[in-house]
Amino acid sequence: MSAAETILEVEALRKYFPVRNVWKRRIGWLRVLDDVSFSVRRGEILGIVGESGCGKSTLGKTLMGIHTASAGRVIFEGHDIAQLKPHQSRRFREHLQYCYQDPGASLDPRWTIRSSLHEPLVVHTTLPEPEREARVREILRAVGLPETHLDLYPHEISGGQQRRVGLARILTLKPSVVILDEPTSGLDVSVQATILNLLLSLREQFGLTYLFISHDLSVVRMICQRVAVMYLGRVVEIGDTEAIFSAPRHPYTQSLLAAIPRIGGPRVTDSFALEGEPPSPTALPSGCRFRTRCPKAQKRCADEDPVLRADWERQEAACHFAT
Amino acid sequence: MRRVLRKLAEDRAAMLGLALIVLLVLAAIFAPWLSTHPGDVAEFHTARRLSPPGPENWLGTDRMGSDIYSRLLFGARITITIAVTAITIAVIIGVPIGLVAGYYEGLGSDLLMRVSDIFLAVPQIVLAIAIAQTLGPSIENVILALSATYWPFWARLVYAETRSIKNEPFVEAAIALGCSPLRVMVLHILPSISSSIIVRTTIGMGGTILTAATLGFLGLGPPPPTPEWGRTIAESREFLPMAWWYAAFPGLAIFMVVMGFNLLGDGLRDVLDPRLRRAGQHGK
Repeated sequence: MSAAETILEVEALRKYFPVRNVWKRRIGWLRVLDDVSFSVRRGEILGIVGESGCGKSTLGKTLMGIHTASAGRVIFEGHDIAQLKPHQSRRFREHLQYCYQDPGASLDPRWTIRSSLHEPLVVHTTLPEPEREARVREILRAVGLPETHLDLYPHEISGGQQRRVGLARILTLKPSVVILDEPTSGLDVSVQATILNLLLSLREQFGLTYLFISHDLSVVRMICQRVAVMYLGRVVEIGDTEAIFSAPRHPYTQSLLAAIPRIGGPRVTDSFALEGEPPSPTALPSGCRFRTRCPKAQKRCADEDPVLRADWERQEAACHFAT
Repeated sequence: MRRVLRKLAEDRAAMLGLALIVLLVLAAIFAPWLSTHPGDVAEFHTARRLSPPGPENWLGTDRMGSDIYSRLLFGARITITIAVTAITIAVIIGVPIGLVAGYYEGLGSDLLMRVSDIFLAVPQIVLAIAIAQTLGPSIENVILALSATYWPFWARLVYAETRSIKNEPFVEAAIALGCSPLRVMVLHILPSISSSIIVRTTIGMGGTILTAATLGFLGLGPPPPTPEWGRTIAESREFLPMAWWYAAFPGLAIFMVVMGFNLLGDGLRDVLDPRLRRAGQHGK
């Protein structure tokens, strides 16, 4: 397993949602993903961070085909799957799975845990019942649940256990890449730690690659090898976690990191550079989309849209003035 | 499921409704044994015509001297046949249309819903009269007229429920997992909306029986001497108010059956309605 092997390649991925008026006439586009490009290496945890509404979740769902991409390519295990619906690309996507923010909510409330865990295998494989059952039991042990839970319904087990079942459901197919959409949001810190440890041990056990979508920078810093920072539907900075956290190049990343409160550190409000709300994705500013809130903005930023520059070792940023 | 039944059993009105429906079904099944004059469906005894309720004819006789009690029992069979068949056909047409139109988005599903809107825009009874009139009076045509006018109710209901449930994470997750649209619709969406369909079907049963009786009353139902309840009331008009029993007992039968289905439907809705159920779960 070479360190640099690319397992998932995203090229100029776009997802535009039409904005319609009351007569259903299209009056514009909501540009949620606008030329997103990055690649994921086998075995790594790539963090995707950004404010709410920057397109993190849409990115995850577009990769999965829940939303169909407007343009661009998603190359997974040698196949372009960007334009395919999940059931059309079933063969290719078997090893790419999406984990909901609350995996428990992804369980059909009217199905027993057993049926829910069998379903991925029924859909994707032709394994006979006994072999499916064996696989299900194996995975259930891996996520730390007793087999007695198989005959229960989702509402009969606790929220934390539901999350484990949700994870187990994804893992039955032995995926190679799992997209985790905010796996720790809305959890107590202690439960967060349990889930993170579980995710890490599952990664060891099954050789998984994670795409870790989160807005929690401290968690991202703790578990991700690389980080992509998104702003209004575009990756503005990507690189090794350490490089980005120690020397952020893009002014947006800089303000984002300044916003992490530290015990004994300066008050966040004193140093917080980011003001106001991001502009609406229906009416993006010309040139650099961050310029309306950027402390370094100059005339050039309004004219030219900066591209990702690989000017630093293990780090790329999309800013004209980043040094 | 057991919890639902227990809650339903506590609902007195629903239980009364269920009792009335069971009564109807028993009457229909055992009509030949329960009736005092089983032959009177076709036979008549002009000597006893229009006799008031008494020991010989419990609910009186009609203009042909046939026993009204016996004819009512056999009429229950016709009522059940018409209602059950018409509703089954309406459900079989309406539910898949609603599911497909609700699951997919686009011109096709808009078209399906506009067609069902057109059906809904015309008053049910008028459309049913038109169809039954065109095709001629018979049980089959009543069933056809009723199912042709009732399916849009299920299509509408299922469409709306599918639209809302399609955004639930568990449905989206099933899609993301690679389940085929058919699998998602039949195995995930349909079971989740089945309770709404059951409630609508129960209440719809009452409405269908009423419409069927109306068609019979207007002479568009099965032809004589079929002991259809609506037709019996229509026949009685000439002899009112003198032969009050002639209209009163078939009317009472229709009333009790329709009320039975409505009470049971209301009870089922209280127990099964997703919103009410969710509120109940938070409480416990």
